[in-house]
Amino acid sequence: MAENDVLIRAEQLTKRFPSSERGTDGFFTAVDGVNLRVAAGEVLALLGPNGAGKTTTVRMLAAILMPTAGRAEVAGFDVARYPREVRRRVGLLTEMPGLYLRMRAADYLDFFGRLYGVPPAQRWERIETLMARFGMAEALHGRLGEFSKGMRQKLALIRAMLHDPPVLLLDEPTSAMDPYSAKLVRDSIASLRSQRRAIIVCTHNLTEAEMLADRIAIIRRGRIVALGTPSELKRQLLGPPLMEVRVAQPLDGLLPRASELVQVESWGSTWLRYRTEDPRQTNPRLVRWLTGQGVEVVTLSEVPRNLESVYLRVVEGMGGEEG
Amino acid sequence: MIATMESLPLRERVALALTITRREVSDTLRDWRIVVPIVFLTLVFPVIMNFTADVALDFVARYGAPIVGERLIPFLLMIVGFFPISFSLVIALETFVGEKERRSLEPLLATPLSNLQLYAGKILAAMVPPLLASYLGMGVYLIALYLTVGWTAPPTLLAQIFLLTTAEALVMVSGAVVVSSQTTSVRAANLLASFIIIPMAFLVQGESLIMFWGRYEVLWWILAGLLVVDLILIRMGARIFNREELLGREIDSLDLRRGWQSFRRFLLQPDGIEGALTLRRLLRWDLPLVLGRSRLALVAVLVAVLGGVGLGWSYALRYPLPNGVLVLKGAPMESFQEMQLAFLPPFTIWGIFNHNVRALLLEIVLGLFSFGVLAVVLLLVPMVMIGFFMAQVSFAGYNPLLFLATFILPHGLFELPAAIVTTALVLRLGASMVSPPEGMTLREAWLLALADLVKLFLLVVLPLLLIAAFVEVQITPRIVLWVYGG
Repeated sequence: MAENDVLIRAEQLTKRFPSSERGTDGFFTAVDGVNLRVAAGEVLALLGPNGAGKTTTVRMLAAILMPTAGRAEVAGFDVARYPREVRRRVGLLTEMPGLYLRMRAADYLDFFGRLYGVPPAQRWERIETLMARFGMAEALHGRLGEFSKGMRQKLALIRAMLHDPPVLLLDEPTSAMDPYSAKLVRDSIASLRSQRRAIIVCTHNLTEAEMLADRIAIIRRGRIVALGTPSELKRQLLGPPLMEVRVAQPLDGLLPRASELVQVESWGSTWLRYRTEDPRQTNPRLVRWLTGQGVEVVTLSEVPRNLESVYLRVVEGMGGEEG
Repeated sequence: MIATMESLPLRERVALALTITRREVSDTLRDWRIVVPIVFLTLVFPVIMNFTADVALDFVARYGAPIVGERLIPFLLMIVGFFPISFSLVIALETFVGEKERRSLEPLLATPLSNLQLYAGKILAAMVPPLLASYLGMGVYLIALYLTVGWTAPPTLLAQIFLLTTAEALVMVSGAVVVSSQTTSVRAANLLASFIIIPMAFLVQGESLIMFWGRYEVLWWILAGLLVVDLILIRMGARIFNREELLGREIDSLDLRRGWQSFRRFLLQPDGIEGALTLRRLLRWDLPLVLGRSRLALVAVLVAVLGGVGLGWSYALRYPLPNGVLVLKGAPMESFQEMQLAFLPPFTIWGIFNHNVRALLLEIVLGLFSFGVLAVVLLLVPMVMIGFFMAQVSFAGYNPLLFLATFILPHGLFELPAAIVTTALVLRLGASMVSPPEGMTLREAWLLALADLVKLFLLVVLPLLLIAAFVEVQITPRIVLWVYGG
């Protein structure tokens, strides 16, 4: 990651709130020394249980809350020193859409466009383009109170993108959306990535995180406990890849000898699973050996390991929500 | 060089705040629950009041009491103006805490607008529709009155009512912001709104009495008082209305345990002072620390004290006592012992001590509800009296400084510092809510000021008052007799 490309940078970012809970010393640490870097054209997914500190982190990066300790820089501006400049360059999709339900979509977006200082001509062009991109062109003059949950969410996303910000902080961008709308949003995020925006997506949807994100950060009790690309995380937390070989004949009697070649995890009469640090070396060797034993190999593939397994491994034993 | 939002011209910054106002006003006007009563109070209620005034004038004229009718007309004008502005409170609670509850505030907080722009935009939005309705209602009432009974309002009265109405609306709106900052739900805000409604109800009753009494010049003083309250509440609201406060508070809770812990820490271990609170520690560390923290309030109170003495002197110039009323020479000791007027305490140590303690406690209580202002006002009463009598003594041919040194200073050396310190600490308590010191939350600043007040009141003021009472009963009369006695 080139230093010049970094649009979001957090160093030891910490946020404490006053708390009356026993044993808290009068403070509750919502975010505890978070270090993050997100470059232009990169999507980072922030995963974590409820109350883990995702929203507080995003609020600090959006210069809505000030850090108690540490620092953060967004689009070249320090969040504590230049909060208004940061806010001008950040598109924030809040946890709840938070729309004014008595307003019409066009008026609502025009209102926010003004607040972000988008010139009138450009404002209307952006509004129409974005509404069309999200399949909402016909709802431009509709009252927000009559919109479905998914439409409200899309409108909130349009609001966040209206001023064409270089940094987008999206909290649950596809929640409450039907699959088609969710795909539109995902495509849109992918397109923003190609336009060299830096994007942080907070989500509980692990499949979506895996599909969208270049890197994933898992946050727990205010700390980043795992950070990396999906494959790095899988390797780091679930161990080396798990391979499965299926054969045409029963493996009777061959299993003990196979175990000398590979680290067998489980087996059946016509299949076995093994872990390997180096599939390129191990797999051809095993296939050659099986063939040499007169066993026909039907398939050899990696057992799919999803992000959910990684996530559960990280938050395991925490009891889910963290308050 | 970085081109920042702060470098925007003032006109553009104001325009952004007005964008908020415009949206909120149009949102308010889309809510029939607000529009219907406002329209009723603007167009129908003034006509009803006009009819009432008409009937009342006829009625009192039959019994030869036209003055009642004459006083009723301006009173009804005030009522016609006041009813619509009561909606400003409802709108303000809705616009500040309602947005928080519906989670529509966060997108607004994410915009580049400053806290002040958001605050000003919202304050205006809450005030404009009810105020316009109020002005329109008063206009309808005045026109109808002119057409029916030919009454026209004197320009001064008209200006007073319009200005009072505006100042009252501002008090309610800025008060609502303060209330909203302490809650996250409209329901809780409505419960707290009684802190605004009840004083306003008292104020309107007071204004009514003054108007029926016909002392319209007093309305200027009320207006001045309201403007002071406006300034205090706006300052306080501007301080409170910030992103950190708005998003940091997630639930409405009265955290007594944490409050008590903080109070106890401020009381016993202020600024890291270690060890038990002994008399030595109190005098060496705590007292200088508290007085140092309260120096601005002390200066303000001292200026008020001198001003009070000066005011008393100026009253004496306007209302001199007749010759021969004030005779100091040859006063017997019995004159002190027999001094038992209804409003004076018994001339005993306990009687004087009890009276002074109650007076200072009353100052504290009144100060709590008035940001310390009424505490200062209460302290001014004896100061004005001292100035008044010093002047009268001087007019009667005596030395006023000798009068001060004999009648006041012997016990005043203990009593005056006690009263001044108490008043200054009450004033600081009020100021801590308006402008907490940098790096402290409003609650911490208030609890620190309260702890300082409690500590000094119990450990310094009460002993001083006891000594003062002893001196006042046992020593002052003797000095007076020694100086002036026959």
